[in-house]
Amino acid sequence: MLHEPAAPQGKDYGQKYKTRLGVWMFLLYGIVYGGFMAINLAQPKLMAERTPVFGLNVAGVYGFGLIVFALLLALVYNVMCTRRERQLRQADEQGQGGEE
Amino acid sequence: MILAEVAFMAVAVFALFVAFVLGLSFYLGRRAKSASGSFAAGGQIPWGVNGISFAGDYLSAASFLGICGMIAVAGYDGFLYSIGYLAGWIVALFVVAEPMKRLGKYTFTDALDSQFNSRGIQFAAALSTLIVSVFYLIPQMVGAGVLVTPLLGLPHAVGVIMVGAIVIFIVATAGMASTTWVQFLKGTLLIVFSLVLVIVVCVQGLSTEPDQAGTVAHYSYRMLDAKQAGEELVPDPADPQAADFVHLDQKDILNPKTGDVDMTVVKLQELLPLTHTEEGYWQVTVKGTVERLGAYEDSLDKLAARTGDATKDIMELSFIKRGDQLFVSTATWWVARKTEDKTVLIEAQSLREEEDGGKWVNGLPASDENQLRQVGGLQQIAGKSGQEASTGAVGPFEFLSTLSREDTVFDIPKTVEFSIGENHISLFYAKPTPGTKVMRPGMKFKVEGSALEKLDFASLMLALFLGTAALPHILIRYYTVPSPAAARKSTIVAIASIGFFYVLTMYLGLGSLVNEVVNPTSNNMSAPLLARGFSTLLFAIISAIAFATVLGTVSGLIVAASGAVAHDLMDRFFSLKMNEKQKVYAGKLAAFTVGLIAIILGIVFEGMNVAFLVGWAFAVAASANLPAIIMLLFWKKTTGKGIVASIAVGIISAVGLILISPSMYAKYYAVSREQAVELAPIPFDNPGLISIPLSFLTLVIVSLLTQKTAEKPKETVAAD
Repeated sequence: MLHEPAAPQGKDYGQKYKTRLGVWMFLLYGIVYGGFMAINLAQPKLMAERTPVFGLNVAGVYGFGLIVFALLLALVYNVMCTRRERQLRQADEQGQGGEE
Repeated sequence: MILAEVAFMAVAVFALFVAFVLGLSFYLGRRAKSASGSFAAGGQIPWGVNGISFAGDYLSAASFLGICGMIAVAGYDGFLYSIGYLAGWIVALFVVAEPMKRLGKYTFTDALDSQFNSRGIQFAAALSTLIVSVFYLIPQMVGAGVLVTPLLGLPHAVGVIMVGAIVIFIVATAGMASTTWVQFLKGTLLIVFSLVLVIVVCVQGLSTEPDQAGTVAHYSYRMLDAKQAGEELVPDPADPQAADFVHLDQKDILNPKTGDVDMTVVKLQELLPLTHTEEGYWQVTVKGTVERLGAYEDSLDKLAARTGDATKDIMELSFIKRGDQLFVSTATWWVARKTEDKTVLIEAQSLREEEDGGKWVNGLPASDENQLRQVGGLQQIAGKSGQEASTGAVGPFEFLSTLSREDTVFDIPKTVEFSIGENHISLFYAKPTPGTKVMRPGMKFKVEGSALEKLDFASLMLALFLGTAALPHILIRYYTVPSPAAARKSTIVAIASIGFFYVLTMYLGLGSLVNEVVNPTSNNMSAPLLARGFSTLLFAIISAIAFATVLGTVSGLIVAASGAVAHDLMDRFFSLKMNEKQKVYAGKLAAFTVGLIAIILGIVFEGMNVAFLVGWAFAVAASANLPAIIMLLFWKKTTGKGIVASIAVGIISAVGLILISPSMYAKYYAVSREQAVELAPIPFDNPGLISIPLSFLTLVIVSLLTQKTAEKPKETVAAD
């Protein structure tokens, strides 16, 4: 039984870079998510404090913020990965060694 | 609103939707004749479509029905599920998406086994896929039953069989290609119409007297001054309304842990005037709300003819005639509450279930007309009540900021149950709660409780965070796109669409609560009922989408499970020599079998809490699959035996801990929550905090002990 992918794939550039970037971004999000849980567990009443952001309380800003932050990180990750893939592909095509 | 009309429209909209989906399945099914086409849609689904399909797969009954329902009764705590479910996608995107795409062929097992060719891994991973899929299937099927019962008036089992049959048909017809497009359609419609509903909620604004766009009159629960008369708490004669009531019974509800009196409930007799309609119905009017007593037409006719001033008991109802007016004597329940200077009794709703199956609602026999009222609502908005409190249309931020205020007071739906003789009584009452408590964690999760309660909460959040990236029906979707970059981009589309939907859940749940549309016996239907409060058509569409939500998720799960059976077990583990056509046929047979099992379990597990079962599936997935995936990708010393041991320990520890959890003790040994915590060997409802590290540890130890075998991977995929 072969283990080829379900569909033919082109060369996947920048694997090492993407993996490293992914781990760092995961850790960054993990810290922010952990902070949210920590406040809930240590200072739950702080969550009810009002903030200047649209009159929402800390729970609202942090909760929605976690969702928006996830999307922002995802977009940044995609831009950085796509740029690195393009650079390496171009280098590969020009025979300058695009592997990483 | 006429139920039959609503049901007809819902059925018509639903039938149109299903017919369209089936048509699409037939069309696409004719194009998917290979194994790759059946299990992975040929790997040629565009990433944008695949991303929305991810949302379709992920936004199951638990998200649309469960989270909205939980927010409707527990406020911000329900939203914590939204946050946890979305955060899980970060693990999927940053850690799992691209490496999984590089490793796999059709299934999660392929990915794990790609460097070992170990029969142990093939078996363990396939079994894990099957177990997680089936556990995830059960709540979806139960959700199908929950939907059809109030919507179409069909029994639970019929709903489950209906969904099962349609899904088996869809999957057996076309496999992954059609389920992808079904999910794409469903995901899109779910997000678009949820947004429409949220816009309607904001345009409608906030009111302390919501009337569901004029369709249901607002009911204000009555209040009586009370005073102590010996042992009894009775209506205070100084209150002019007191003369209408007679004290019948009283019960102290004790705190099972401390033995202190948590609350006192009082049963009062009340005379309600009966009127006879031109259609021949007798009806009772309670503060402007008409309750028909159609079933008693003949008896009451006869009664009216022959009764004098005497009291007669017919069908356990007591009737009294005073002058020309006929009264029915009812017993209603009231909740005692102490205010600053006095004690008051506040009217509650009641459901009395008798041993012979008889049901009484608010002191009168249950009927199509006499049902429990929907609950929720606001007592005060920014310190105001009545008409001056109405805000008119509000913006999305103003909606939330107004509800977060200290002087905005919610009527949070609460239930208390007890038995009197052979009758089981459920009381539904409102607990006034300020916005500062509703709009932050703490109503459901005891974040201010004991250390163990806090750990239990952390354990659940951990399982939600780590479970997403290990769900087999999510993992197989990485094989439907043409490249690792497309896998990444489709995950980002998924995060955007799922995140947006989860933001909407906050408005849908709170909208249900403030518009008084929460079903007091089950909060799962809150979002569809919110739609019904505004428009019949919107209700029909939302219900059809909710149904399709169940359909779509079940389709994805059955594809994942059938892939595990046909590809991992039959083809690889048992090495049955099959050509492409036979493999597709085997997959369809497996889909039929798994679907049948899901139907049976969906019927057997009727009434079980949907969220509880979904949490179970997440915990098992996070414990069994995630350590194997992560370590395979990031630890060079991982061995095949380590992976097998980790999966086995993950499954056994997670399922085992759930089986001996306090919730299971309370549910199946019929003991109180506090007794269950005492009885359970480990007082944890959520096993993740124990089973996930245990599974990681097992993998590390077994891998280190089996380093000399030849199955060690040369290098991790992530470092290629």
